[in-house]
Amino acid sequence: MSQNRPPKKPLPQPEDHPTTTTSTASSGGGGTGMRLIVPLQGIVQGRGGLILGSLIPCALFYFLQFYPKRRRPPSPNPTTTSSSSDLARSASRLNLSTRGSIHVSARGNTIAKPEDSTYYIGLSKVRGDEYDSLENPDGFIQLGLAENRLSLDLIGKWISENLNDSMFGEGNDGLNINGMATYQPFDGLKELKEAIAGFMSRVMGKTQLFDPNQMVLTSGATSALEILCFCLADQGNGLLVPTPYYPGFDRDMRWRTGVELVPVHCRSSDNFMLSVPALDQAYNQARKRGQKIRGVLISNPSNPVGNMLSKDTLYSLVDFAREKNIHIICDEVFAGSTYGNEEFVSMAEVLDSEDFDKDRVHIIYGLSKDLSLPGFRVGVIYSFNENVLAASRKLTRFSSISVPTQRLLIPMIKDERFTQEYISVNRERIRKTHALFVEGLEKMGIECAESKAGLYCWVNMSRLISPYNEKGELELFEKLLDIGKINATPGSACHCIEPGWFRCCFTTLTEADIPVVMERIRKVVDTCNPFCSKHLA
Amino acid sequence: MAIGIDKKSVSLSKVAISDTHGEDSPYFAGWKAYDENPYDETSNPSGVIQMGLAENQVSFDLLEDYLEKHSASSNFGSKSSTFRENALFQDYHGLLSFRKAMASFMEQIRGGRAKFNPERVVITAGATAANELLTFILANPGDALLVPTPYYPGFDRDLRWRTGVKIVLVHCDSSNNFQITQEALEAAYADAESQNIKIRGVLITNPSNPLGATIQRQALEKILDFATEKNIHLVSDEIYSGSSFFSDEFVSIAEILEARNYQEAERVHIVYSLSKDLGLPGFRVGTIYSYNDNVVTTARRMSSFTLISSQTQQLLACMLSDKNFTDNYIETNRKRLRKRYQMIVDGLRKAGINCLDGNAGLFCWMNLSPLLEKPTLECELNLWKKILHEVKLNISPGSSCHCSEPGWFRVCFANMSEQTLQVALQRIHNFMERRNSVS
Repeated sequence: MSQNRPPKKPLPQPEDHPTTTTSTASSGGGGTGMRLIVPLQGIVQGRGGLILGSLIPCALFYFLQFYPKRRRPPSPNPTTTSSSSDLARSASRLNLSTRGSIHVSARGNTIAKPEDSTYYIGLSKVRGDEYDSLENPDGFIQLGLAENRLSLDLIGKWISENLNDSMFGEGNDGLNINGMATYQPFDGLKELKEAIAGFMSRVMGKTQLFDPNQMVLTSGATSALEILCFCLADQGNGLLVPTPYYPGFDRDMRWRTGVELVPVHCRSSDNFMLSVPALDQAYNQARKRGQKIRGVLISNPSNPVGNMLSKDTLYSLVDFAREKNIHIICDEVFAGSTYGNEEFVSMAEVLDSEDFDKDRVHIIYGLSKDLSLPGFRVGVIYSFNENVLAASRKLTRFSSISVPTQRLLIPMIKDERFTQEYISVNRERIRKTHALFVEGLEKMGIECAESKAGLYCWVNMSRLISPYNEKGELELFEKLLDIGKINATPGSACHCIEPGWFRCCFTTLTEADIPVVMERIRKVVDTCNPFCSKHLA
Repeated sequence: MAIGIDKKSVSLSKVAISDTHGEDSPYFAGWKAYDENPYDETSNPSGVIQMGLAENQVSFDLLEDYLEKHSASSNFGSKSSTFRENALFQDYHGLLSFRKAMASFMEQIRGGRAKFNPERVVITAGATAANELLTFILANPGDALLVPTPYYPGFDRDLRWRTGVKIVLVHCDSSNNFQITQEALEAAYADAESQNIKIRGVLITNPSNPLGATIQRQALEKILDFATEKNIHLVSDEIYSGSSFFSDEFVSIAEILEARNYQEAERVHIVYSLSKDLGLPGFRVGTIYSYNDNVVTTARRMSSFTLISSQTQQLLACMLSDKNFTDNYIETNRKRLRKRYQMIVDGLRKAGINCLDGNAGLFCWMNLSPLLEKPTLECELNLWKKILHEVKLNISPGSSCHCSEPGWFRVCFANMSEQTLQVALQRIHNFMERRNSVS
């Protein structure tokens, strides 16, 4: 697989992280040392030729080293400096390249290279200097992370009211050390599966839509998606993915699996709605290229646009998959985060009502978005295919959910009254925040795509970019960061074919924060000359 | 006869249909037999006793005690701000407090003879994930790792299944107590070279599973020299480091590196976990400790697929930084394991069975080769089946650990009460008596 990779970039330096910049000696004192290593490794490893292997990656490398450095706030964590001296490093370490330093796999190198996706660059910018209305009013406002902070108070309340002081005492059933510490099924406790099956049904406004026996639990939807990719496609195979899509897919689905993502472009004229003819076209083009397509990945509700697919579209999708004999992966992690009046229709519902061959359909879910618990790492693979379930179950040994966390969640998720209340209050809060956010933008003449769900809006800033292309879009991204101190994800990170769109997540904001955000955006807007843009909004 | 129309069924990947997961091997078949007829002191005294699972239950009471006394840290609901932070915390760097606690715990286990930097601790959901992750990073598909035999049967799955990486066996035998020799390493390396297989590293388990013995300092030095000479990685799986019966008999690769002033350290990576030493496999807590910045960065990012829940990190951060608790736990645990080991080895000796001289781990390496009609794999498996079905003990045959000498078995002793262990020893005693009276 490594032969198909682009020319290998030189071995990168330890990741830039504002709080650990001095954690390793080589990044601390090795300024000039670093630069020497870079071109030599390109030569030593020899792949991609001298020019490609060293000069171009070097330039990119320097740029990326320099760019974040300008922005990096002073490291607030002094303890790391002392620890680096514990590892007494000899000067010879910096000259490793002359001998050829120790090999790391091609897979490792792909992951290790400095982040070149604006999605990740933006996220790390905010770290260490995040806005807080009281503590840090001039900090970066994070609009790049689809995190829901609006309803955590409800969960906190449930925990303080319902959990005994001792989680491990005799009182709670199952919460003894034996039921928590020993090996449990890697794919999740039966009771948790049952509880989540019920929760998922409730979230989607249905009863008993999901069968716990068709469920595999794993540590996060990220892991769930990767496991499915490992099961459904071989290295080099392709999965069709409508654009714009969640930037994390590029990493999560390809890194270790070797699977390729084949974008299926959607356009603003359709509100970026998925169309089966477009899938068909993409499939055929892939065939012509000699690429084997194993499936389609759709997110519904979609990220970053926030569309919901109609029942008809879902039916057409299944027909398409059947015709090509491929899989469908349905990422439904935002199913509970709807704010329109329309009801969400799960793929499970569609399959339920018809006698389709269900073997090709797999659903992903998780508690990170709808229940605001990303830290707990709970992801779900829901499949109608026994073989996929069997293989996935075995693979969860590499990514199981911590059992005490499972035990903690069972009573919470089983609590129908609580979850029902949470779901409806949360929806209302998202709806409200969304409305305020969109309104605030509209006042500045900035429009959003019509969205019905999700923790974000898909904002059309194409009027503000010049030139009307990816370069113009990146410049606006930088302006938002530098002038507005706002991190929003540019459409190019989401592979959007039309420049100028940005994903802005609003669920980390309180109502009072919104005018602050708008003010910051206005500052940026004022610096843009709308008349330069060739594109008419 | 009418020909049916085949419904086009959608195909799965090679990974999905491969049997590299190994669940059809005897190692796992024994577990199935246990699942179907599990021993219970009162309700099923003639059931199968599980001696194939390396789980540590001898020090549960200490854990229970701690958790009951420190319930506030186990339930953070009362401190709502901590809860909120934890609920949202999905940073793949992991909680700093947790990494600090892990680093200090690892130092304690090594009697302070090695220092660990929290910034080099990468968290994963278990050592299983850590080993797989390292393999992904250190080797390309088609490359290989050298692994001394006998080794933990799970490696076949963990190191190879999704990674596409191979294992090349480094043969060790009873002539020198299965110690790893330079000759064996060289031979395996040359063998791989002759088949055009690229070796990327050596993976050692220290203390060893299934041998139940620590690797001696000189051997470690030689292994590190070998890795240096070949310019390959060295992964040291030290998940049983806290289970060595005498603290000073375990030498970590970290100590060797410190003595060498960390030269050539960047090829070394340590895997650790709380599943064995602390008896918390359900918590899914593993770490990679790497002396290589590149590997740390890469492993961190890759750990996004296998993070430990923030709640668990928080809980363990408190527990592992409680020096009173950890000091007492480590010492008591060692003592109790020592006692168990003595019990089983004495009991086996009385039955006329010898074991390898062990000094660590949750199991002993039992020599039943005198019982084999012929020194073959077939005879070993027949004996294993007999023990499983007649004696009703599930023990692990050496062949599942790729042992080159037939007749050795791994027997776990820490996952049961002392009474159950006595029952097992009695059964073995009876079995041996029956055999001797027949012959």
